[in-house]
Amino acid sequence: MLIYGIAASEGVGIGKVKVVTTSPRSINYFTPENIDEEIKRFQKALDGFCEDTKKMALELEEAASKKEAEILNGHIMMISDPFVTTQITDEINNGSCAEAAVEKILNSVIEMFKATGDQLTMERATDVEDIKSRLIMHLQGIEAVNLSKVPKGTVVVTDDLTPSMTVGITGEIIYGIVTAKGGYTSHSAILSRALGIPAVLSTSGVIEAVKDGDEIIIDGMAGCVILSPTEEEIVKYTKKAEEFALMKERLNAYKGKPSVTADGDIHEIVANIGSPADGVIAKNDDAEGIGLLRTEFLYMNRPSAPLEEEQFEAYKKVAETFAGKPVVIRTLDIGGDKEVPYLNLPKEDNPFLGYRAIRFCLNNHDLFQAQLKALLRASAYGDIRIMIPMITNLGEVREVKNLRNQCIEELTKEGKKFNPDTPLGIMVETPAACIMADKLAKEVDFFSIGTNDLVGYTMVADRGNSQVQNLYTVFDPAVLRSIKQICKAANKAGIPVGMCGEAAADPALMPVLLAFGLDEFSVSHEKVLNTRYNMSLWTKTEADHIARHALSRDSASSIKRYLNDKLKRRTK
Amino acid sequence: MVNKMVKVTNSQGFHMRPATMFINEMAKYQSNVTIKFNGLTVNGKSLMSLIAACIKFGSEIEIVCEGEDEEATLNKAVELIESGLGEE
Repeated sequence: MLIYGIAASEGVGIGKVKVVTTSPRSINYFTPENIDEEIKRFQKALDGFCEDTKKMALELEEAASKKEAEILNGHIMMISDPFVTTQITDEINNGSCAEAAVEKILNSVIEMFKATGDQLTMERATDVEDIKSRLIMHLQGIEAVNLSKVPKGTVVVTDDLTPSMTVGITGEIIYGIVTAKGGYTSHSAILSRALGIPAVLSTSGVIEAVKDGDEIIIDGMAGCVILSPTEEEIVKYTKKAEEFALMKERLNAYKGKPSVTADGDIHEIVANIGSPADGVIAKNDDAEGIGLLRTEFLYMNRPSAPLEEEQFEAYKKVAETFAGKPVVIRTLDIGGDKEVPYLNLPKEDNPFLGYRAIRFCLNNHDLFQAQLKALLRASAYGDIRIMIPMITNLGEVREVKNLRNQCIEELTKEGKKFNPDTPLGIMVETPAACIMADKLAKEVDFFSIGTNDLVGYTMVADRGNSQVQNLYTVFDPAVLRSIKQICKAANKAGIPVGMCGEAAADPALMPVLLAFGLDEFSVSHEKVLNTRYNMSLWTKTEADHIARHALSRDSASSIKRYLNDKLKRRTK
Repeated sequence: MVNKMVKVTNSQGFHMRPATMFINEMAKYQSNVTIKFNGLTVNGKSLMSLIAACIKFGSEIEIVCEGEDEEATLNKAVELIESGLGEE
């Protein structure tokens, strides 16, 4: 049986199930006869909790898991907060039993954290849940789970992985973690990644479907678990596990390192994201900033357009996540192919050649200026850069600049903080913009090549249409010449040029892009380290040589074959 | 009572680690510490309240101290925040 969840920590594990329940028994409510005794019982449980937690933190620290130790020490600090303990004792004084008082007060803290709507703060609610469970278990006299004594090859299946459960567990013994709750940025996820143990979270029905000792496969890349696997599946995943181990060893060497070529040319590897929450993920994956934040998430699935304030909060969040590092935000890129009722986008025969993106925004000033103002205001909190999609001519750029200047005037009048020099750049993704790149480069602060659309518009082929799919390729000499021309125009004008399409992460294309003088590679977060590795394979001289040879060939298939062959020889 | 406006300069704002460091230091003083931010009034000696306030990088906050050692408390609080709350 195959069950999908959220891929939270990479790796493949094949092992035997150990089901762990983290929750205390249901509370037996009563009214204490002796309130002083009840408060003493609470104090004793609290002391026991702190003592145990301290012990666990020490064990973790000795096991060189500093981060987890810190989380546990944080638990002691949180529960020792007089604001909380006073409320609990007040509750007992009012006639509640200790369990009920702990439950009520900590639930109110959890609600308070969740109500903030702030990702990081909402995640702290998980810590309070953990504290609550363990404190109540202390009151009930239940011993904490100890996973350090399970046999090698165990796959833990649990409701939620708590920091206290991770004491003494290592990737040597525990082959995987499967939970019913949690997302990519939850504690369970962060802990499993820190421990280097494959994890799949938010799998529904796994706990109910397994018992201790069952065989199980967990794939932390695909985000799935296989219950009662076949012989064939075991062989297949054993191979996948070995390949993963090799690749990981190779990529780990690149974590926290600058993105450089073999001869030390520095470039930037940043991430493409679709929401502020993805920003946190991208940062964990070592992105040096954001090369493309799509803003459509703010406009979709709602009855009316987002106001400036709401947008500002979202952009500010990403700016703060990457404090000081570049965050390129693309303005609304939407057309008749999307259902957004309040925008009144007409249905069109050719939505990709129609009324979309900047064309729509330039006819809807209120909507567009709300976004521009929000972006400018967010620039007070980080290195925000505004990027305009679907540009085809200079007139559009000048119109955008006029609107931007009006926004600057209004914000100045309103006394709002912003960076008046916030860079304004464009996506170069239409053949028209590519042909006019030299002129456009003099008008804007940066270029970002959107290869997904550039390939489609240049080759006049829809990637989704299987009958013309052979035409849709970035390796076509027409596309490569276009990319070269765009880079050259940017380099000559002295503005940075990036790429935010999938081609930026294509290992075979790397030497060509380096030769063209691409400054910034914006890739999906999980490809950051891989791209850094690919970059390190080539010197500028080698890259120039390869690009020259590639461009002298006259077909996509020949170029692709040549580049793949070069890559294969280099990585052998 | 003494008070002062400061700007939060560390990238994480008052999250777990910086907030813990702040309240640990504040606990050494007798005065009450209140932080006013975004229309909220937060107990500057309560970790849970500080975390729930979501005070971020770049926020302007007002610190109010009241008690026998209020001057020293305020000076320490301002110094901690301006030096980035222990962030490297």
